Amino acid sequence: MELDNGAFRNLLKAVHSSYGYDFTGYAEASVKRRIIHYMGMHRINELADLQSLILRDENIFRDFLQELSVTVTEMFRDPGFYKSLREKVVERLATYPFIKVWVAGCATGEEVYSLAILFKEAGILDRSVIYATDINQQSLQIAKDGMYDASSMKAYTGNYQKSGGTGSFSQYYMSKYNSVMFDRSLKQNIVFSAHNLAMDKAFNEFQLILCRNVLIYFNQELQKRVLDLFHGSLCMFGYLGLGNKESLRFGAQQRSFEEVDRKERIYMKIK
Amino acid sequence: MPGGKRYEAIVIGASAGGLHALFYILEHLPEKFSLPVIIVQHRMAEQHELLEELLQSKTGMIVKQADEKESIEKGIIYLAPPGYHLLIETDRTFSLTVDQPVSYSRPSVDVMFETAAVAYREGLVGIILTGANRDGAAGIKRISDYGGFTIAQDPAEAQFPSMPAAAIATKSVKKVGTLKEISFFLSKIPEV
Repeated sequence: MELDNGAFRNLLKAVHSSYGYDFTGYAEASVKRRIIHYMGMHRINELADLQSLILRDENIFRDFLQELSVTVTEMFRDPGFYKSLREKVVERLATYPFIKVWVAGCATGEEVYSLAILFKEAGILDRSVIYATDINQQSLQIAKDGMYDASSMKAYTGNYQKSGGTGSFSQYYMSKYNSVMFDRSLKQNIVFSAHNLAMDKAFNEFQLILCRNVLIYFNQELQKRVLDLFHGSLCMFGYLGLGNKESLRFGAQQRSFEEVDRKERIYMKIK
Repeated sequence: MPGGKRYEAIVIGASAGGLHALFYILEHLPEKFSLPVIIVQHRMAEQHELLEELLQSKTGMIVKQADEKESIEKGIIYLAPPGYHLLIETDRTFSLTVDQPVSYSRPSVDVMFETAAVAYREGLVGIILTGANRDGAAGIKRISDYGGFTIAQDPAEAQFPSMPAAAIATKSVKKVGTLKEISFFLSKIPEV
């Protein structure tokens, strides 16, 4: 199936004007793939039909929105990144009396809990607040619940160890049937809330912002906007951590950051 | 034979056994091959750039991992980064995603082939090599539906026959050949 470009743009425009969600800044191939998948699942043959369904029924729109915006992640994804955070960033963060962190686009929360574990082991979780945001409400609910499939734990334990974890990973969760529930003490300092990077504004000032594997879904313009938003939301000498394949190159603020770890994509705001 | 057709890009999908098959193909590409070659080879996320280094040792063309938003250039061999799906935009740039694995794979051959089919249409050549699953079969069909040329490695030659066999079973493969025959075909593609 191929999506007609005109009809595709009309659909995004209609979604934006009717519901306030702007997907026009997203990289197209992926959005189109997801729309085709959604249409296939619901046996919808024409984009125009999808559009009228969405505009007629907000519940259908909500369902479609989930499909369009869901992302997946894992605990301690790219262990080298977390190792670098432990070695190059945490010590500096520990000098602040109160640490504010934003995990932007946290998906189902695995990396938020990873960061909380890392902070706990560094002895700074108690005086930190981690704001974890995502556009996708269903993902956020999973993140809030902190319950994950037990079958992933073996791989996550490996990641944790490679990231330089100093304890035993299993001490952070309880197993129940085929799920594990992460410890309440990790959650105490995490605030989960909805935030749409494509449209919403800054809401606080942070010492650390993590936004991993989110920018790759955006076109250059939207990447620039979001990098501006991060620059404006970081305190001086605050840190920004991106995904392994992301960089500041489309931002207007490249020179306002210094590379802390080039390979792991960790930057520090210097002006 | 390619005849007078102007092809614009080659896409290759490979899984188990793919390294040696890719070695052969790359070693036998004409020295000044003028099309981009975009490869999805299944591999572990921890392998970083090992595959690029190994393949680079077999060819004078530039071998590199595809970067997000990078413009696709002639005469360069691109590989999907481990742990990411590689997608091709209609403006012939790359996108990466961390969406769910497809056919247990990320990168997935299907995801790359399906988006390449739309971007290049009849200008595309899609090749499925050895592999122990069926990733790439849906992608081959898509390439064929959009007028591209489709090739599968002869399952009798492939170290792991199921991937080319699954592609052939879609009835969308125009040419089944040995690595030698596939290389001969590629060497006859006219300059663009």
